[in-house]
Amino acid sequence: MKMRSKTILAAAMLMLASGVANAGTTLSMLVDTNQESTAIIDALTKAYNAKNPDISFDIEQRPGGSEGDNMIKTRLATGEMSDIFQYNSGSLFQAIKPEQTLADLSDLKSQANILPVFKNVVTDASGHVRGIPAGPAMGGGIFYNRKVYADLGLKVPKTWAEFMENNAKIKAAGKVAVAQTYGDTWTSQLFVLADFYNVQAQAPNFAADYTANKAKYATTPAAGRGFEHLEEVFKGGFTNPDFGAAKFDDGMRMVASGEAAHYPMLTFGIGNVQQNNPDKVKDLGFFAQPGDDVSKNGLTVWMPSALYIPAQSKHIEEAKAFLDWAGSKEACELMAKVVPSGPYLVKDCQLPKDIPPAVADMLPYFEKDGMTAPALEFLSPIKGPALEQITVEVGSGIRSAKDAAALYDQDVEKQAKQLGLPNW
Amino acid sequence: MASPKSPYPYWFVLPAAVVFSVLFLVPTLASFWFSLTRWDLFSAQFIGLENYRQFFREPFLVQGLVNTLIYAVLTSGVKTVLGLLLAVLLTSGIWGQGVLRTVIFFPVLVSTIGVGITFSVLMHPTRGLINVVLATIGLHGPAWLTDPELALYSIVIVDVWKGIGLATVIYIAGLASISPEYYEAARIDGATRTQLFFRVTVPLVKPATVTVVTLSLISGLRSFDLIWAMTRGGPGFSSDVLASVIYKQYQAGFYGLSTAGNVILFALIAALILPLTAWFNRKEIEA
Repeated sequence: MKMRSKTILAAAMLMLASGVANAGTTLSMLVDTNQESTAIIDALTKAYNAKNPDISFDIEQRPGGSEGDNMIKTRLATGEMSDIFQYNSGSLFQAIKPEQTLADLSDLKSQANILPVFKNVVTDASGHVRGIPAGPAMGGGIFYNRKVYADLGLKVPKTWAEFMENNAKIKAAGKVAVAQTYGDTWTSQLFVLADFYNVQAQAPNFAADYTANKAKYATTPAAGRGFEHLEEVFKGGFTNPDFGAAKFDDGMRMVASGEAAHYPMLTFGIGNVQQNNPDKVKDLGFFAQPGDDVSKNGLTVWMPSALYIPAQSKHIEEAKAFLDWAGSKEACELMAKVVPSGPYLVKDCQLPKDIPPAVADMLPYFEKDGMTAPALEFLSPIKGPALEQITVEVGSGIRSAKDAAALYDQDVEKQAKQLGLPNW
Repeated sequence: MASPKSPYPYWFVLPAAVVFSVLFLVPTLASFWFSLTRWDLFSAQFIGLENYRQFFREPFLVQGLVNTLIYAVLTSGVKTVLGLLLAVLLTSGIWGQGVLRTVIFFPVLVSTIGVGITFSVLMHPTRGLINVVLATIGLHGPAWLTDPELALYSIVIVDVWKGIGLATVIYIAGLASISPEYYEAARIDGATRTQLFFRVTVPLVKPATVTVVTLSLISGLRSFDLIWAMTRGGPGFSSDVLASVIYKQYQAGFYGLSTAGNVILFALIAALILPLTAWFNRKEIEA
């Protein structure tokens, strides 16, 4: 027995030493359950496996939201992370201590073609790039049903007042004007988070001042508007009757089928409709969340999540080779074919010709300078953990918008202290 | 007089002591330490009592505490009263007694998360089975879990449904240990059925009552899984209890802060349960 285990050990060491570690390597991967992520990872791993038959993948799924954050942190801290994992860029990336926990990907060849706007949000404090984009850029705004708009003769609103007028007409026609789905609490934050283009259009220094504890939601009128929008929609009686229990899937189904006219959401919702109601994709349109000033209409943009390699992975070299390929133009166009829901962040990476109308609605914002602004989470490390509960309260009429903004300021303080930011 | 020497050497206690310290003592002491630090799992920085200060300023702490007490007292009270009544019924020799005992106990065996998910589907405000059935008889059912005034009480109902079996079984055992002679004697003295229940059954089943009250109160105070599965403390913060407030800090990555919350929860449960059991025990000796 003893002899045998020694032989196996020797053989294994020989394999490692002679550099044939590629012989039948299985890379474990941890991916969230969002339809778009699943489709992208599935396409990437299958194509890579076809090119490199000796590399196979073992894909594990994880929950999203704060439950997912927790799982990522715990597994990194206990050294049980998969060889590759997919996770948010921006403030959540900074919160996992990338300098300590992640492998450095700065020297991958494909980094040369990845757009700087993405590299910025996966670069740690020491200046090392740690991630490769795992999807298209997303817009945060409002999905609308093109059929309902055509039937009622409505125009895409450029100001919040026009949006509310449309809502009144839709309600008068006996339809749900705005789908809300607080059964998945995270969906309640959109009116606040997707309003950030309008916030920075009116208060250009808000992100920096907010991080430095100089600006607050309660005392910056432009920032408080998002909470007010949520309140106005509730007070107008524009939501679906089961808004408290409905979920993200219900919201996308309602707006795609025309049961509801609007649904505030990130554009990754297109993937949900493609999978669950493919024949309705053509009825789905999209516009940026309108603000108060018609001359300042633009889109709040989210960077995609990224693929990372934990520093303690046993297959760093193989994982790096895979990610290098995943960052290439070839892999990018493969992703764009499966998930054509927004612009990709690799140079010259083209979307397919037949993109869904909601994507066509979104692309013009990216084509002109100054028509997009990154969401606050890509400009500031602080995001209060209770925002989704607070926005549920405002959207359900439990708390006033004014109160909510003040309460959120208080919530944010905890995060800033945890990060040890100066001035807090 | 020398105490009689134990026939067993002290090192016999070693295996149990090792398991107990590794799995209980060390983590407990470590959690006292971590509650004094800003801890992000990767490193911990000592910050004194700052976490406790922060935790006591938590805006929903007071509401969470009130909800915890309402939840614990209601579930414990209803389980005790209904459990005793059911136990009396199920020991009275009614038809189908064995089957009914099984039926009552069955929910105890089902996973709490499963029960929570099932009931949140049944209690859906428009499509849930409960409101659909109510609608067929012309009633407009409430928004069980999404009405902030009602959510906590809807969970209490489910908790009682799930936990009543255990209380009933403890009471059945308690009732079985009462000697029938007491009832006989009382009946000869002309006691009515109500008198039998209040003068004989209730006092003599006291040890079972102590067990049921203590167990259900503790489980009510630290109740979390059912609430999390059904409402996650929502809508908003309206069904938050102490344990869910703590869990949310943990989820947000405030590990030191949530550990401080756990130390407070531990102290609270100890402060409530220790005097209660002491009081029960003293009564027992007096009785």
